[in-house]
Amino acid sequence: MYDYLWLIPFFPLVGFVINGLLGKKIRNEAIIGGIATLMIFLSFLVACGNFFTLLKDSEKVHQQVIASWMSIGNLQIDWGFLLDPLSALMIMVVTGVGTLIHLYSIGYMHGETGFYRFFAYLNLFCFSMLMLVLGNNALVMFVGWEGVGLCSYLLIGYYFDKKSAGDAAKKAFVVNRIGDFGFICGLLTLFWALGSKGVWTVNFVEIAENAHLLESGGVVVTVVTLAFFLGATGKSAQIPLFTWLPDAMEGPTPVSALIHAATMVTAGVYMIGRLNGLFAMAPDTMMTIAIVGAATALFAASIGLAQNDIKRVLAYSTVSQLGYMFMAMGVGAFSAGIFHLMTHAFFKACLFLGSGSVIHGMHHAYHKAHLHDDPQDMRNMGGLRKKMPITFITFLVSTIAISGLPFFSGFFSKDEILWWAFAGERGHWMLWLVGAIAAGMTAFYMFRLVFMTFFGEQKTDPRAKDHIPESGLTITLPLMVLGTLAAIGGFWGVPHVLGGIFGHMPNYLENFLAPVFEHTQVLNGIEIKPEMAHSKALEFGMMGVSVGIALVGILGAWFMYIKNPELPGRFVASFTGLWRAVYNKWYIDELYDAVFVNNCKRIGTFLWKGFDVRIVDGIVNGTAWVVKGVGSGLRYTQSGFLHNYAMAMVVGVVVIVGYYIFG
Amino acid sequence: MITVYHYLILSAIIFSIGTFGVLTRKNAIVIFMCIELMLNSVNLTFIALSRHLQNMDGQIFVFFIMTVAAAEAAVGLALMIAFYRNRESIDSDDFNMLKW
Amino acid sequence: MADYLLSLITFFPLMGMMILLFIPRDNEGLLKSFALGVTLVTFLISLPLAFDDVFAVSGGMQYREFHEWISIGSFFKMNYNIGIDGISLWLVMLTTFIMPIATLSTWKAVDKNVKGFMALLLLLETAMLGAFVSLDLFLFYIFWELMLIPMYFMIGIWGGKNRIYAAVKFFIFTAVGSLLMLVAIIYIYYYAASTGAPMEGFGVQEFYRLGIPSAAQHWLFLAFAFSFAIKVPMFPLHTWLPDAHTEAPTAGSVILAAILLKMGTYGYVRFAIPLFPEALQTYLPLLAFLSVFGIIYGSLVAMMQDDVKKLVAYSSVAHLGFVMLGIFALNMQGMAGGIIQMINHGVSTGALFLIVGFIYERRHTRQISEFGGLAHKMPIFATIFLIITFSSIGLPGTNGFVGEFLALVGAFESELRWYAVVATTGVIFAAVYMLWMFQRVMFGKVTNPENEKLKDLSVREIVIMLPLLLFVFWIGIYPNTFLSKMNPAIEQLLNQVKSKQVAVVEPVQPVIAQTLELK
Repeated sequence: MYDYLWLIPFFPLVGFVINGLLGKKIRNEAIIGGIATLMIFLSFLVACGNFFTLLKDSEKVHQQVIASWMSIGNLQIDWGFLLDPLSALMIMVVTGVGTLIHLYSIGYMHGETGFYRFFAYLNLFCFSMLMLVLGNNALVMFVGWEGVGLCSYLLIGYYFDKKSAGDAAKKAFVVNRIGDFGFICGLLTLFWALGSKGVWTVNFVEIAENAHLLESGGVVVTVVTLAFFLGATGKSAQIPLFTWLPDAMEGPTPVSALIHAATMVTAGVYMIGRLNGLFAMAPDTMMTIAIVGAATALFAASIGLAQNDIKRVLAYSTVSQLGYMFMAMGVGAFSAGIFHLMTHAFFKACLFLGSGSVIHGMHHAYHKAHLHDDPQDMRNMGGLRKKMPITFITFLVSTIAISGLPFFSGFFSKDEILWWAFAGERGHWMLWLVGAIAAGMTAFYMFRLVFMTFFGEQKTDPRAKDHIPESGLTITLPLMVLGTLAAIGGFWGVPHVLGGIFGHMPNYLENFLAPVFEHTQVLNGIEIKPEMAHSKALEFGMMGVSVGIALVGILGAWFMYIKNPELPGRFVASFTGLWRAVYNKWYIDELYDAVFVNNCKRIGTFLWKGFDVRIVDGIVNGTAWVVKGVGSGLRYTQSGFLHNYAMAMVVGVVVIVGYYIFG
Repeated sequence: MITVYHYLILSAIIFSIGTFGVLTRKNAIVIFMCIELMLNSVNLTFIALSRHLQNMDGQIFVFFIMTVAAAEAAVGLALMIAFYRNRESIDSDDFNMLKW
Repeated sequence: MADYLLSLITFFPLMGMMILLFIPRDNEGLLKSFALGVTLVTFLISLPLAFDDVFAVSGGMQYREFHEWISIGSFFKMNYNIGIDGISLWLVMLTTFIMPIATLSTWKAVDKNVKGFMALLLLLETAMLGAFVSLDLFLFYIFWELMLIPMYFMIGIWGGKNRIYAAVKFFIFTAVGSLLMLVAIIYIYYYAASTGAPMEGFGVQEFYRLGIPSAAQHWLFLAFAFSFAIKVPMFPLHTWLPDAHTEAPTAGSVILAAILLKMGTYGYVRFAIPLFPEALQTYLPLLAFLSVFGIIYGSLVAMMQDDVKKLVAYSSVAHLGFVMLGIFALNMQGMAGGIIQMINHGVSTGALFLIVGFIYERRHTRQISEFGGLAHKMPIFATIFLIITFSSIGLPGTNGFVGEFLALVGAFESELRWYAVVATTGVIFAAVYMLWMFQRVMFGKVTNPENEKLKDLSVREIVIMLPLLLFVFWIGIYPNTFLSKMNPAIEQLLNQVKSKQVAVVEPVQPVIAQTLELK
């Protein structure tokens, strides 16, 4: 089965080529969407085959090399793929969620002018993402890494006649490029550092095997991992590079679900997981990651509290959840981080698709009523649970999952992360506290969203009120599948302490991923602190506390948006400054504009107009000007009068003769 | 007794008169004649010194100078006629076409 | 036949030009087709070079031709001495490949004195090919100067509004540099003769072995380096480039960017570095600094341009910074990266100038603010433009990435590590200025009514772009085709340099660098 690994990225590429070249001629939406969905579904089938083969296989690492890419001197780079439990899990998520979202898009994108373009890009994205996940060396990963950035650019800018979409697309790509700068620097330093120990390689397996050659905790490892982490912050929207993700919501909603929630943004987490051996050797970097992750989780959640655009809330929620994943990576809970990545892919994709379904319905209604209101503004919604029952139920299930109520998927993954943050050898109670507060905020703003959208009175313009339909089957089917996964997906990774409740259920996921991470954890001593390792009571207690915090958040939302709907207005009125700062995302965009963007522009203008034109050209033109000036001064000596010349001759002769006679 | 010094002084006087004429007169023909004066003053010097030094080289030079002067006169006068045809004048102040 | 293949390739365009002169000047169609035919045939007869596997095996000069040419007394001897190795091979191929494309791009753009333009184009091709194949410094110098003249007239006669200024600036900059080089060339010859070493006229390979005393190397190197730095162009000698590019006709810009600039970088690889390895060590930090500075500088200035062509011109400064950085790394990866990047720049920037030419022919303006929303009106154009834009940004999978990456790997392995870190920020800026330009030209709504009636690319224009697109992906996905044939030549060159260098002196590095050094 492993010989067919290359087919997984190959199918979406075929889909891209077909739709990209012929899509315009085909015109038929069913065929275009069908081809694209079929291709990613075929990938899914191959991925399933590989996954289940690997599940039973005792040998967990398999590589397939297609061809040599660059070969020069001691640099040998192949087009090669790597299948191990980590990448196997990721391809399942990417192709599985990808298939559902392709299917969803057929309904959602119906009637758009660039229908073929959309599906071509979507397929190209899946290809890139699968290259990223499957690459057996850092360069192939980087191909995918930049490829998903490109697709993200294309898809955010899908409505390219909107200026905001063009701006957002550019911003996303450029910010990602700052991350890529880190990635390249890390990669090159690593290549050189390992090379100077005699191992010239960029292959992940060889890096993992030879990482011990570098000094653990040394400067080199720290620099390399920090540089890679910078790459991860760009792609996964962490502080300080998170600003592009909320803007990226300019893209169509399926894009937000696939790229900006389920797959691409998790690439940074995946990359750290892929290089875990290296990261584990750099405690300083790990600490940085944990702190940045926790800070992002809290910071983004706080912004999410005040947003009114349904997709923006979800965007900040994504940033916040990604912060959780990084916190997990930072405290060494690699498998918990990957677990949360997976559950997050389910419930966040479901949430985005659900919001898409709502927007679709609102848009439909406004269109019918010939209104131009914003279909994404939650203040225009309310009471939609009766109009869109399927959307409502799946959305609610996912909201419960993200809030971390017991036995839904988010509960298991989030609590494992919090437990590690508290009790892990690299954890700290402060990290736990920040994570718990963010969890409370998450529960609050997510239920705020649900209450504003689906409960209460319908605030839609009366003319459009009755035209809101439930979406069609292509939209609701993916919702139902994802909703189910969001509900039960967590049972794959039940923590040990809870295993007893479910009849001694083992933590399948951790066991499955163990070959990738366990080695590192044993080697570098990243474990739960021994004094807490066996304290079941403590673990249950922590669990109870975090569930309690979530419940408080939910109750708070209920109190403010159902019980006393006038309360938010009063709150805003009394804390205007604070509210405005939160609403405007703490003015981070403005800060970056003022500090970086404008200064770059200023320097550019100065170098051009000041340096190039004044100094360099000034010197060149100045030379010409001096020559010209001297010439035009001297030409006055050529009076053209015979007498002047004769006089000059005589004077000259007199001077010379005089010099010889008297000198 | 007329010594070689007398010749040299005479020649110097003539040369100075010629130079003065070249510098002050405007009429091209007069300038031209002044140049002839200067040439001939030089001739006089050559002859005088040749006699004084008992060396024939000076006299040979004089022949060369006279030949060149003749050629020069021919060319110079031709130029002047050409110029007169253009400008209806042989005033040297009108010789200003090379001017900036 | 194979014995004279290189001469045939080099002088075929010249022969074509001779015949072209007999075609009546009103028959513009025939003139254009004839010139296109000549360049195409030149490309076809150069193809066997690219498929010759000897380059993958041997790093030496192949296809050698040697004839005595001029001798003045018994002392001065200039020979017709040509040949190529795996490095010049690709530059020759690039030249023969770009020329038909450039010729085809003139179809509508050149309307006055077509005959003169075509004749100059062919003359220029011979001059460029001659410079790449010359192994005799004197011969090289002749071709080097010969290139200048057609380009000067192309800018000066067929250029834009400010063409005279640009042409004169171009000429003076380049001429100043080359005169210094001429002095240096003559000095080397005298020196070689005085040592009594075996010489073949001005044969550069014999000069490699000379071991010029290091005091003399310094000013000789500076003379060569200065001359080539103008041509590259390296900061701060670059200001002729934006003017020349903006004013030149499309074909001129394409040739200038794609091939003429490569003369400078090629000059470093073939002459300045192997001839003066000791002096190079001294000036390496300075040159590397200028290269890196050029990357940042070019990018920042490009960002602020409002003329598309000027933007592309400044982006050239940045791209060639990567080429130079790779070359100065003086190792396999860096050198290969530099050379690949030369080809890339030829392909991508050439394509960008063609793209600018396409819209200029339609709208007769290059101001970015005049455009906007073109993606609606010209979807094919938009697609091609997008691909080339990302190739210029250096997206993996396209050619730009391979060159930049190899150059950076090389720089990281060498002592230029810290320069490389700074150079890497260039990838951010590249995205900024290219995407900003792309957005302003292509995205948004059509706001300018004049853009409403724009037509998408014609078949001829698509045909021009297709071969370039092919190479964008070929080099990006399978660069081994090119790398495998330049490897032996690079290895030989580096051995040449390393054997002559005295014990490596570490350039001064910041304090952090030393702490970072592995124990």
